[in-house]
Amino acid sequence: MNGHVTATRSIRRRLIVRLLASAAILAVILFLVVQSFGRQLAQESQDNILAASVTSVLDAITVQDGALIVDIPYSAFSMLGNISDDRVFYRIEQNQVYLTGYEDLPFTTARSTKSQPAFATDHYLGEDIRLVTASRKLSLNNQPSVVRATIAQTRNGQKQTLRQISQTVLFLGIGFFAIAMVLTFYAAQSTIGPLRRLAASVSRRGPQDLRPVESPVPSEMVPLVRSLNQFIGRLKKSLSQSEEFIAEAAHRVRTPLATVRMQAEVTLRRVERDENREALREMIRAIDESSRAAGQLLDHAMVTFRTDHLLVETFDFRVLVDELVTRLRPIAELKEIDLRWQKGAPLLIKGDAILIQNAVRNLIDNAIKYSPTESSIKLTLSQDRSGAILQLMDQGIGFPDEGFELLTDRFVRGANAHDTIGSGLGLTIADDVANAHGGCLELKNNAEGVGACVIFYLPLR
Amino acid sequence: MRYLLVEDNLALAKAVLDRLSLDGHVVDHAVTLETAQDYLSTADYDLILLDIMLPDGDARTLLKSYRMAGGKTPIITITARSEVSDRVGVLDLGADDYITKPFDFSELEARCRAVIRRQGGMANNIKRFGNTQFDPLAGTLTVASQRVQLRNRELRLLEIFINSKDQLFSKSKLVDRLFSYEDDVAENAIEVYVGRLRKQLEGSDLNIVTVRGMGYRLSVS
Repeated sequence: MNGHVTATRSIRRRLIVRLLASAAILAVILFLVVQSFGRQLAQESQDNILAASVTSVLDAITVQDGALIVDIPYSAFSMLGNISDDRVFYRIEQNQVYLTGYEDLPFTTARSTKSQPAFATDHYLGEDIRLVTASRKLSLNNQPSVVRATIAQTRNGQKQTLRQISQTVLFLGIGFFAIAMVLTFYAAQSTIGPLRRLAASVSRRGPQDLRPVESPVPSEMVPLVRSLNQFIGRLKKSLSQSEEFIAEAAHRVRTPLATVRMQAEVTLRRVERDENREALREMIRAIDESSRAAGQLLDHAMVTFRTDHLLVETFDFRVLVDELVTRLRPIAELKEIDLRWQKGAPLLIKGDAILIQNAVRNLIDNAIKYSPTESSIKLTLSQDRSGAILQLMDQGIGFPDEGFELLTDRFVRGANAHDTIGSGLGLTIADDVANAHGGCLELKNNAEGVGACVIFYLPLR
Repeated sequence: MRYLLVEDNLALAKAVLDRLSLDGHVVDHAVTLETAQDYLSTADYDLILLDIMLPDGDARTLLKSYRMAGGKTPIITITARSEVSDRVGVLDLGADDYITKPFDFSELEARCRAVIRRQGGMANNIKRFGNTQFDPLAGTLTVASQRVQLRNRELRLLEIFINSKDQLFSKSKLVDRLFSYEDDVAENAIEVYVGRLRKQLEGSDLNIVTVRGMGYRLSVS
């Protein structure tokens, strides 16, 4: 029954891979943005101090007796020193002529005033530096004069700050990714959830449960469930058609046979000549044989059909046997056969009641058929730890010594059964039913006395 | 006894009719649900044989309405279906038994007997012959106020004789009636049962007379 299903990559894995990739990209972008923002912030704070420093240097320049006095205030450098142990350089020039400080310190030639200093990044003495240049106009000997001051600072402190920021941002990115990962798994799980529940609810059903799926599903799954329900509907229809067909076939075959048999019997009552009577008897026997065969073929077809679709329910095995015994007792009495049966305690089993009834009926039928007149058939129903055991013991001819195991094959009859009408399907049906329920049929001859002993075993499960 | 047979297969119905008439029963035959209703409203029956699939509908509706209306007559349904659920459904609706086509007549007879016996029987079926009373349903014989319980074949043999008193039965005819055709029974097997029945009838006004070379006959003294 299980067809092969080709599986492509799972939806869950696809979802997870895609969501995780998006989360990783987002985390990297977050990292870069925050890092550059941090760098910008660090830069700005250094620049602000540099600007304050250069302003205070320029402010301290005074003119006395026509000479320029540069007195660099301590605070101009101390404010820079606050940041870290970075080195500080300066250079002051007047009208583009070097005045004091580090003569070879680079400076920016961008336009600058006192209030609007110009910034630049450069190298000096093998270190990265950030420098600021600002200029101030003075009147010297009634001549306009431009004083330009440049202050530079190495960037070790800023780099350290940047490293700290980067580290924090890296942790932030990793944290973001970790949270995204958890959410991704959760999202994938809850997306797959309805699919899983649908699959579980369909596979948990017994094969006979052909109700449509009615539990609510997400709108995306509605087309799938709708086609599943249509499929279930078609299956149900074809199953019931098969059963109808078997029943209809039974009707078609059996009714004319019943008519012919009845008429032959009536004729037999009226006919006097012995050879005619013998012919009629032969006819009735032939009809019996074919009607029995037809009946058992249909039983067998029904059994074969149903073993694929076991309709499992819980029922009392004892009640089933009791009803069969009650029904078959008039038939047994025709041969003065005593059906010995004690109803006993309830014995609940799980199985297809129709199949089990069919099997047990065939077994009792068989026993009646092969029993001599005025004998008895003993039925006992018992239970051991694992199963229910129905035992039938008759006082008939028993099974032949050879070929025991073949008797449950189709159309095989015992070597000693030629005198009795039969199709050779009764034991096959019982055996098939027992096997379909995980049980077995055991055939043996009674240890004491004559007769056959049949054990029909069904596990309790 | 009076039977109502509801069966749309005319050939089968005729065969059953002939067979029941041979045993001295009165049988009305209905082909449709409608005629069956008419018969049921005008006459009382001892037993109803009811086919399930009829041209004008499912006879289970008739079964149900008959029982709802308080009808007590035993009903045996005739079905060709091998579905057990169908048969069980029939019992739930108030049928007393069911029989599956094709049935042999002895099975039908046995089931009719069992069903009527279960119902308790009708007193008017008891037959009296001098000092002897025969209750075919209970299967008892009362000879000079002594009750005798008959076994199945003794009972059937006595019924055959009583239904056709003074008629001569050959051994082979009795074999056909008493044994199923499956068994290859020697004709002298019948002597065993005649012997047993004679023993049960000891002291009775009923006698089974042997007609040498011809068979047996029941006579009332």
